[in-house]
Amino acid sequence: MENIISGIAYVLGDNIDTDQIIPAEHLVYSTSDKEELKNYGRFALSGVPVEQAGLPEGGKNFITSDDYKSQYSIIIGGSNFGCGSSREHAPLALSVAGIKAVVAESYARIFYRNSIDGGFLIPFESPMKLNCAINTGDVVEINVEENTIKDLTTGFRYSLNSLGSVYEIAQAGGLFEYARKSGMLEK
Amino acid sequence: MGMTITEKILSKSAKRLKVIPGENVWLNVDVLMTHDVCGPPTIDIWKREFGKDAKIWDKNKLVIFPDHYIFTSNPHANRNVELLRQFASEYQLPNYYDVGTDRYKGVCHIALAEEGYNVPGTVLFGTDSHTCTSGAFGMFSTGVGNTDAAFILGTGKIWEKVPESMKFTFDGVMPPYLTAKDLILQILGDISTDGATYCAMEFDGEAIHSLSVYERMTLTNMAIETGAINGIISVDDLTREFLSSKCRQDYEVFYSDPDAKYLNKYNYDVSKLEPLVAKPHSPDNKDTVRNVQGTKLTRCYIGSCTGGKITDFEFAAGILCGKTVKAPTFIVPGSTLVAKQLEERKLNGISLKDIFLNAGCNLAQPSCAACLGGPSDTFGRAVDGDTVISTTNRNFPGRMGSKKSGVYLASALTVAASAINGVITDPREFIL
Ligand code: SF4
Repeated sequence: MENIISGIAYVLGDNIDTDQIIPAEHLVYSTSDKEELKNYGRFALSGVPVEQAGLPEGGKNFITSDDYKSQYSIIIGGSNFGCGSSREHAPLALSVAGIKAVVAESYARIFYRNSIDGGFLIPFESPMKLNCAINTGDVVEINVEENTIKDLTTGFRYSLNSLGSVYEIAQAGGLFEYARKSGMLEK
Repeated sequence: MGMTITEKILSKSAKRLKVIPGENVWLNVDVLMTHDVCGPPTIDIWKREFGKDAKIWDKNKLVIFPDHYIFTSNPHANRNVELLRQFASEYQLPNYYDVGTDRYKGVCHIALAEEGYNVPGTVLFGTDSHTCTSGAFGMFSTGVGNTDAAFILGTGKIWEKVPESMKFTFDGVMPPYLTAKDLILQILGDISTDGATYCAMEFDGEAIHSLSVYERMTLTNMAIETGAINGIISVDDLTREFLSSKCRQDYEVFYSDPDAKYLNKYNYDVSKLEPLVAKPHSPDNKDTVRNVQGTKLTRCYIGSCTGGKITDFEFAAGILCGKTVKAPTFIVPGSTLVAKQLEERKLNGISLKDIFLNAGCNLAQPSCAACLGGPSDTFGRAVDGDTVISTTNRNFPGRMGSKKSGVYLASALTVAASAINGVITDPREFIL
């Protein structure tokens, strides 16, 4: 995990469920075939209602044209991000689209675990809702050691909660890497 | 300080005397369940990480049910089932229930109960968020993603943060117009979709223990809708009776200590509750059926792991017997056993199946069907402009198909009453 994670922010509302992140009809693509995998990026966040896509204005496509990579690399959510199903395809889809981190006030347990254990992205918790403070298109910079996020567009800096006990798994790059490093699994 | 039932089971699984909420522990898993959507990617990760000599930690503890996308012409979906089939035959898996054979079961959470995999005091993980359903049997069960499942598949172990517990006590005698679905919708409305995030939900009280085991599964099934890690109900005589014909092993029964610590406690008197719905587009968007009475419907749906159990169809048949439906109504049995029971069980001398057919309902083969939308040819899938009333557990935007549809969640009684009138209807209109 890099200490500085920076990029353009894509802002969403509360309760972004896994059907909005990757609608169920797209769960059929192979996750090991490189070409097919791109579909997960292509349809990432395609279930978000238009008016809530890219707040505060909405109507901003996360993926433009036929591409599978987004111009955005950090998502700012509200409370209960990733609620709903256990599909690991959700953090996977965001990661294929180029998302490196999500910042939200709170997460649903399975999405949080999947993000960390699968090494897809880093789910940061913010003590207050940042989805009303940061706008879609702002350039933001997360400092992992300092537990802060800075909005370079507005100049404001906000604190983040520390990753706590999952830091080591995130730092290793996922559950399997962590288990190998700590001697639980053979190298 | 005493321990809750969840803490006791996790202690046993972690081989510890005691566990404390908030700490991470490594658990020994008793059963791992997967299905056609998450099984193939789990197997991919397991192969990638454990290499050519990847070994399944214990074949007898792995259970696989194709159930999600199975009656479809979608080639990708069918490929997933084919991958499971190959995997099961390559590794000679004893607990694979292939579609198209007489071993086929249907929706995983119902099949786990029917096939005796739910064992009190044990720990079950599944690649499906509603794996918490099995908690109705006094066990710890929860959903995980593919990486965690692949880790379990190779090691039999997984880390978990010990949850704090919340207690929900329901007292009083259940009125005939109320079901477990109304109780959980009440809780959801009160604590919202993240009200129990990372907590254990413990259900107790005389009303809970008067419910059939299948009804209890409706409560534990929807524990995840509040963000809970698990839902749990302690074992009683009804559980023991249910297990006597199914469970092949001895089991250990745990109860919460009287001085166990809870994050908070909620108490309800069921005689004061009334039939509820969750309005579009969230399971916590609670309202009374009375308040939305008259809302025009284009589709009624009875099915899924929450609302496709035999008890749900008994509720619905009681209302639909001798009546006809005004709105298109879709009936999806949760399992092949439920489908069989629909033919065997009778009301006023007519089988439940015939009651539904005579009422003008459409009947499908057991599977998840339109509960999660699925490929475009999925039975009962919601289309643009639909207003659906459904016994399923989620009504997020697009969950049952089109993003331009709205879904009301309700009990089988309320769905059946609404089907007759073609508009949302309080079941009390048909229950004297
Ligand atoms: S019936 Fe619905 S909720 Fe239950 S396992 Fe199937 S898709 Fe999930």
